[in-house]
Amino acid sequence: MTRPLVEAVALRKHFTLGGGGLFRRPGETLRAVDGVDLRIMPGETLGLVGESGCGKSTLGRLLIRLIEPSDGQVLFDGTDITGLSPARLRATRRAMQIIFQDPYGALNPRMAVEDIVMEPMVIHGARPDAASRQRVAEMLDLVGLPRRAALRFPHEFSGGQRQRIGIARALVLKPSFIVCDEAVSALDVSVQAQIVNLLQDLQREMRLTYLFIAHDLSVVRHISDRVAVMYLGRVVEIAPKAAIYDAPMHPYTQALIAAVPAPHPAGRAARRAARLRVEGEMPSALNLPPGCRFHTRCPFAMEVCRSVPPPLREYAPGHMTACHLHDPQHRPATLEEAAA
Amino acid sequence: MSLLDIRGLTTAFQTERGEITAVEDISFSLEEGEILGIVGESGSGKSVTALTVMGLLPSPPARIASGSVRFAGQELVGLSDRQMQRIRGPGIAMIFQEPMTSLNPVFRIGEQIMETIRAHERLSPRALRDRAVRMLEKVGIPSPARRMDDYPHQLSGGQRQRVMIAMALACNPRLLIADEPTTALDVTIQAQILDLLMDLRDEFGMAIMIITHNMGVVAETADRVMVMYAGRVVEQAPVETLFDAPLHPYTRGLLDCVPSLSAEKPRLVAIPGSLPEPSRRPSGCRFRPRCGLAVPACAAAIPPLDPQGPAHHVACIRATAEVPA
Repeated sequence: MTRPLVEAVALRKHFTLGGGGLFRRPGETLRAVDGVDLRIMPGETLGLVGESGCGKSTLGRLLIRLIEPSDGQVLFDGTDITGLSPARLRATRRAMQIIFQDPYGALNPRMAVEDIVMEPMVIHGARPDAASRQRVAEMLDLVGLPRRAALRFPHEFSGGQRQRIGIARALVLKPSFIVCDEAVSALDVSVQAQIVNLLQDLQREMRLTYLFIAHDLSVVRHISDRVAVMYLGRVVEIAPKAAIYDAPMHPYTQALIAAVPAPHPAGRAARRAARLRVEGEMPSALNLPPGCRFHTRCPFAMEVCRSVPPPLREYAPGHMTACHLHDPQHRPATLEEAAA
Repeated sequence: MSLLDIRGLTTAFQTERGEITAVEDISFSLEEGEILGIVGESGSGKSVTALTVMGLLPSPPARIASGSVRFAGQELVGLSDRQMQRIRGPGIAMIFQEPMTSLNPVFRIGEQIMETIRAHERLSPRALRDRAVRMLEKVGIPSPARRMDDYPHQLSGGQRQRVMIAMALACNPRLLIADEPTTALDVTIQAQILDLLMDLRDEFGMAIMIITHNMGVVAETADRVMVMYAGRVVEQAPVETLFDAPLHPYTRGLLDCVPSLSAEKPRLVAIPGSLPEPSRRPSGCRFRPRCGLAVPACAAAIPPLDPQGPAHHVACIRATAEVPA
């Protein structure tokens, strides 16, 4: 069996909110990521979806150790990177990069594009010489920017072009793993398609592995091989994309997919009437519900869901979910019984 | 008579580099109880259209260079601020992408809703409070009587959106303008808010102008759709027609470039390039530099919005051309 390129083991990130804030009790703990196990295979794209505050961006940053975990491990190509010394971590970092949502906020406005793209090379010991400039020129070709862009500044570019600059910078060290954190979310749809296509082309050419974090479920379906769904710091379902979208098991996944507006108006009244709805909003990660974290909004919640957290279990090949409804020990005879 | 009738509207802005037109020669109408979707990307002029109707653009730098905006038979262009205030509320109300643009952080939400009603109607304090509670209930705020005393920061994003809708609806407007009302919201909350808008239309019969960049939101809600590009209307059609038989190459591109939740596309069909800056718009058809169907004649003149079928208008001289394989 192939070894995962990236593996999270019982990964946790708890933020302790300092006391002294005007509206905050001292010492509250925000459980942003709260026990995630995950494997990303070489060359695949794992989509990561969930609503604001579910912990998906924190998880992405933990996997490349931009932030330190509170507990658990991250293995990169088999090596535990959570305990690496700064020197060894830097060597490993070459292989992992991140592309951010806001291409403008992520680019230094005072630096020319050439310096922006070259910066990671310089940090990793390259000299800003002719060879490095040649490398930058190749990167600009690769992401579809004219070579003359090298001497211009970020504000001279459109949003889509800025995102191309961010991609060039992320790829200049020839990494193997890229976290795309809402990388196309801020772009207009006509430009979004250009960047999605570019990311797919680059993956093929450079054999990249992606963690593609996004709240847009349609884009995630398009680009991913497998999809993980997060809710309040936990992965509640993970499966090949066809299984996630065509046969979702977790009620939260079902509700998420049902909430996406359909691409065509035909039959919309009937669809609206039949849609699985979830009421209310995600509770705060400061104050997690006991048992299954989704039970407060779940139309099928049973007694057990209020007290026992469901484990993430494999119910079909490669299809895992954390829901008592599918556990033979708790499973109700019919969904009607569950809803009762 | 249409509820809203806009003819030849041009809105311009004074900038350091001269005057630019954000909205140029647009005409459309909206009937009582109808939902019109206005679609376009950033810079298309869709929000400026809405703010012009509301009379909310600061002048200067903005000015209505030409055209007419008639609401329920009354011309709004040229009205004073005071006269416009009487239209806003009971006539036209607006909700925004970011609810905090409408909510004052230092006042309780109940007080803010009552303030809106008080500006237009004389009610006893008791009746005023009852109406505000009823509005909160209507928009799905749980325990509305208790939430009256909350401040905006105590509410979640979705709840703030609901409160803003309650404020907008408090005077029972005949037209609600919703500018990207769900763009900042998560998808399950978006579905709740869209459901709410549809229910309110059915209950009160108000017309809604919903402005969005999301074709899915249009498909879910609109009766009719208007597509804008670089300040101009490029296509207008009933919603089914627009999705089944789009004619403008830009509309077709917009529909093609979005990935689908239900069907696999091997590769997205992207529209090359990006929207031109207002100061660097090309001659003739503004979509021409990005259009796969463009011919030299497209540069000669701005194509007029011509009828192409029942209630279907398209501004493209190549609208009926075959798409090259």
